[in-house]
Amino acid sequence: MTEGARAGDDVKAAQAAEGAADSPDVRERDVLVRVRGLRKHFPIRSGVTRRRAGAVKAVDGLDFDIREGETLGLVGESGCGKSTTGRMVMRLLEPTEGTIEFGGRDITGLSRGQLRPLRRDFQMIFQDPQSSLNPRHTVGTIVGLPFRLQKVTPEGGIKKAVQELLELVGLSPEHYNRYPHEFSGGQRQRIGIARALALRPKLVVADEPVSALDVSIQAQVVNLLDDLQNEFGLTYLIIAHDLSVVRHTSDRVAVMYLGKIVEIADREDLYSSPKHPYTVALMSAVPVPDPARRETRERILLKGDVPSPMDPPPACRFHTRCWKVQDICKTQEPPLAEITGRHQVACHFPENVPAGEGGAVEVVELVKPGAAADVDAAAAGVAEASVTDVDASGAEAADADAGGPTDVAEPKDTPPTSAP
Amino acid sequence: MPRLLPRRKRDTAAETPKLAPAGPPPEADNFLEVRGLTVHFPTDDGLVRSVDGVDFALRRGRTLGIVGESGSGKSVTSLAIMGLHGNTGARIGGEIWLDGQELVRSTPEQVRLMRGRRMAMIFQDPMSSMHPYYTVGHQIIEAYQVHNEVSGKQARTHAIDLLGRVGIPRPDRRVDDYPHQFSGGMRQRAMIAMALSCDPELLIADEPTTALDVTVQAQILDLIRDLQREFNSAVMMITHDLGVVAELADDVLVMYAGRAVEHGPSRTLFEQPRHPYTWGLLGSLTRLDRDRQERLMPIKGSPPSLISLPSGCAFRTRCPYADHNDGREKTEVPQLLEIEPGHRTACHLDIQERERIWTEDIRPRL
Amino acid sequence: MIFYLLRRLAGAVVLLLIVTMAVFAIFFLIPRLGGATSDQLAARYVGKSPSPEAISQVKHSLGLDKSVPEQYGKFVKGMIAGKDYDTGVRKVHCAPPCLGFSFRNNLEVWPRLQDRIPVTLSLAAGAAVIWLIAGVSIGVISALKRGSLWDRFSMGFALAGVSLPPFFTGLVALALFSYQWPIFKGVHYVPFFDNPGSWAWNLVLPWLTLAFLYAALYARLTRAGMLETMSEDYIRTARAKGLRERDVIVKHGLRAALTPILTIFGMDVGLLLGGAILTEQVYSLDGIGKFAVEAITQQDLPEVLGVTMIAAIFVILANLVVDLLYAVVDPRVRT
Repeated sequence: MTEGARAGDDVKAAQAAEGAADSPDVRERDVLVRVRGLRKHFPIRSGVTRRRAGAVKAVDGLDFDIREGETLGLVGESGCGKSTTGRMVMRLLEPTEGTIEFGGRDITGLSRGQLRPLRRDFQMIFQDPQSSLNPRHTVGTIVGLPFRLQKVTPEGGIKKAVQELLELVGLSPEHYNRYPHEFSGGQRQRIGIARALALRPKLVVADEPVSALDVSIQAQVVNLLDDLQNEFGLTYLIIAHDLSVVRHTSDRVAVMYLGKIVEIADREDLYSSPKHPYTVALMSAVPVPDPARRETRERILLKGDVPSPMDPPPACRFHTRCWKVQDICKTQEPPLAEITGRHQVACHFPENVPAGEGGAVEVVELVKPGAAADVDAAAAGVAEASVTDVDASGAEAADADAGGPTDVAEPKDTPPTSAP
Repeated sequence: MPRLLPRRKRDTAAETPKLAPAGPPPEADNFLEVRGLTVHFPTDDGLVRSVDGVDFALRRGRTLGIVGESGSGKSVTSLAIMGLHGNTGARIGGEIWLDGQELVRSTPEQVRLMRGRRMAMIFQDPMSSMHPYYTVGHQIIEAYQVHNEVSGKQARTHAIDLLGRVGIPRPDRRVDDYPHQFSGGMRQRAMIAMALSCDPELLIADEPTTALDVTVQAQILDLIRDLQREFNSAVMMITHDLGVVAELADDVLVMYAGRAVEHGPSRTLFEQPRHPYTWGLLGSLTRLDRDRQERLMPIKGSPPSLISLPSGCAFRTRCPYADHNDGREKTEVPQLLEIEPGHRTACHLDIQERERIWTEDIRPRL
Repeated sequence: MIFYLLRRLAGAVVLLLIVTMAVFAIFFLIPRLGGATSDQLAARYVGKSPSPEAISQVKHSLGLDKSVPEQYGKFVKGMIAGKDYDTGVRKVHCAPPCLGFSFRNNLEVWPRLQDRIPVTLSLAAGAAVIWLIAGVSIGVISALKRGSLWDRFSMGFALAGVSLPPFFTGLVALALFSYQWPIFKGVHYVPFFDNPGSWAWNLVLPWLTLAFLYAALYARLTRAGMLETMSEDYIRTARAKGLRERDVIVKHGLRAALTPILTIFGMDVGLLLGGAILTEQVYSLDGIGKFAVEAITQQDLPEVLGVTMIAAIFVILANLVVDLLYAVVDPRVRT
């Protein structure tokens, strides 16, 4: 999409421009990570001979950029491929297809040896601080490891550098000789952050950095990540299922569904006027800590569960659960196209598009669960829900053993009943 | 979850202090009433005071949300009500009244007959909470047949009916599936069906949606709300998620380090909270519904060890206003006192002072 | 389910083939790699101070002068179709399943083994029943009464069982119950169909000796498995339903706790069928184990080879049975 595709342009025109996704956008030089056509398929084997029976399409064609100093939030439900994406960007997983550029250099084809010197520029923070720290090593060893691996000797020695890092993340330098089990969950996450920051990376990929922590500790870690970004000009890729955490931490947000980005926009744009029905539903499903609004809040109840990524629905992958579904959604895949400014969405009938600007705009009826009359109808909607047979969350684990059970879900051709 | 229960010593039975005779039964309105509940676990390192004096009441048709961080005692409280601490070496004190019957002083067999029939529980992780070797139907039938003299065929019909009611498509076929053939959301529905098999009047839901995706969480919360209206049951919703509480609860009990620190109607608790810990929780929240505050206002430090709690007010080590009390916070445990009808807090701070802090310092920054 | 069965069956066949290769390699190939000539190899099959004629005879009849694949082919074919041996004195047809011919004893190996299988089978089966019942019950009770006097006592007993070898416990048992108090005098094998009572009576001491070792092991395994299972979330769910504690333990706890034990049990029985060497030796029972020991001390290679094959086949069969049982017990396996 060129700069011309701005607010007011026809959606169709923007869609036509699809494919030119890597056209010279503004401030080319600022882009730190550029991902194009990224795919990851995990093979599934079954039968007597364990032949290849199909693939879990964990990630199925992603294009996105992360600019320097920016935080991109990657949000979606389990099985949408967000963690797989993060691990591919880190080059911990080999992509099946597509390229990842880091600082203008294509790192997709690089060997381990070629990658090693680059590794210091991108680091990862994991979800579970319990299992990502070696229990037999002291904090000093853990945080100092990146120096040793990269054979870097910081000024004043490794020990001094590690102690400075510990202070930086809000731990005491005296913790140097302690072991991970002596710390609480929040402190362990701080150790993980210190380790990630040891070599002053440019990019930090944080996979669910706070979801294993208690609320009050979550806030501490979120603030810490914020401070570190300001101090060192870090670029973050934050992967989370929690939309409010992403709202708080990100500048730009990409919403994933079944291995694809369905919507990507600047934070304020996305949260004030979500355009993809899935984003709308996702946001309306998050419980809001405000009892005053519970009777008035508009909520969209999606039907059923996420279909299996082994056999995703054809064309628009969301059509089996979408309340706005039309025939075209089942036959033609909507491209990720720019609607306004830097707001891209992959939908034939996007929401929140001012009249005259977008294509077909449809009035949505929303569930108000507070209104007693609607309750039964909503419940009926749930009861009729089409539910598929396979737990989609299994897909994230599929790389561990892709040879597991292979009941293939049959995404049902549900009639387009709208939620209410 | 209770996996973190400490290793027990064997000699507990002998040491358990004789329970004082129970007080008078509660008013008929209160289907569940908990008075001065304590749950202590003796360990090699000392006595773990998981719950240390909690009281609340719950009427039919109402939902009580119990909020707290890990180790606050919210799950231990619910397991105590269900009588599920049986063989963990826990020492339970206080009173638990369920429909006029006191449970702490009842025999294990009496409590067992209440479990599943008059009170039922749904757990956090529906995968590990169902037996992998038995079909979903079998596990529901089993729950029904313990308390009802019915034939296998009747029980099966009942199970299919229940599965249908909780929104499982084609229940007559899915009844013979094994739990691993269900998706996460469906498993939780099946767990709910199991809990509802004997029409319990008290439903305890312990983090029922924490392991689920957001869109599925919304479905399950809706289901619980609808079923509650249908059965007019009392619901105890245990969660760490203030959003879930705001969504579902009529009343909220905030727990910290084994004690209740604030208790009141849901609206009041979110709009006029009067305990610094509750403020801390609200200040820690990332919000979906509002623009971002520049910084979150977390609670400093981490929860204390339940073996060696700070003297006096357990929250004082993390409370920004602890030093406003002339040292009282170090010597005296604050009692849960009513500050206005139906709203109770456990804090030494002067109530006017708290009102001022909330309106001037906290609320504007949320 | 059907796929699972077929896959396991195919796996067992492949494994069997690999075992024949391994056995062949050990007995025929490795010595050769070690530099032994075919003459030297043949000499090992003949006996002490062999004559050159006998050696060349054996060499020819064993096919040691042929190429390696050819030898392997003959080796496998012999097992399936039988083969002829020329001992120099007479020609012998070794009927299938031909596991070899002992030149030292001038006898085929398989019929001699056949006589001994019932002995080992009787010993192993009886002992297995005893140790399974005893081990599992002790383990379950220990787990449920963790820390109690019973638990400490039975775990002490288990430690003793695991650390005392059968040649010690067996000899002590013999000394006490056969000589000091002659309750079980002159232990020897009586075929089951000759006199079942006498069969059992004579086997009591060997059974107990063997079962003591395994019961101890199983008690520990069961205890650990049971402790883990009883802390599972689904046990809490079962209690929350209001099930009687007995049902919680038996229906929900034991079933899950015993599944891994089933695997180990199958393997153990399979291994034992290949010869309970120590126990057979102590009680002078002419089972496969004792046969193996004798074959090894006499350096009778064909017999050693035959015993090895039999033992391997038992283990593979036991494995197959376990896999199938597993599918019956655990629905998650059936795919």
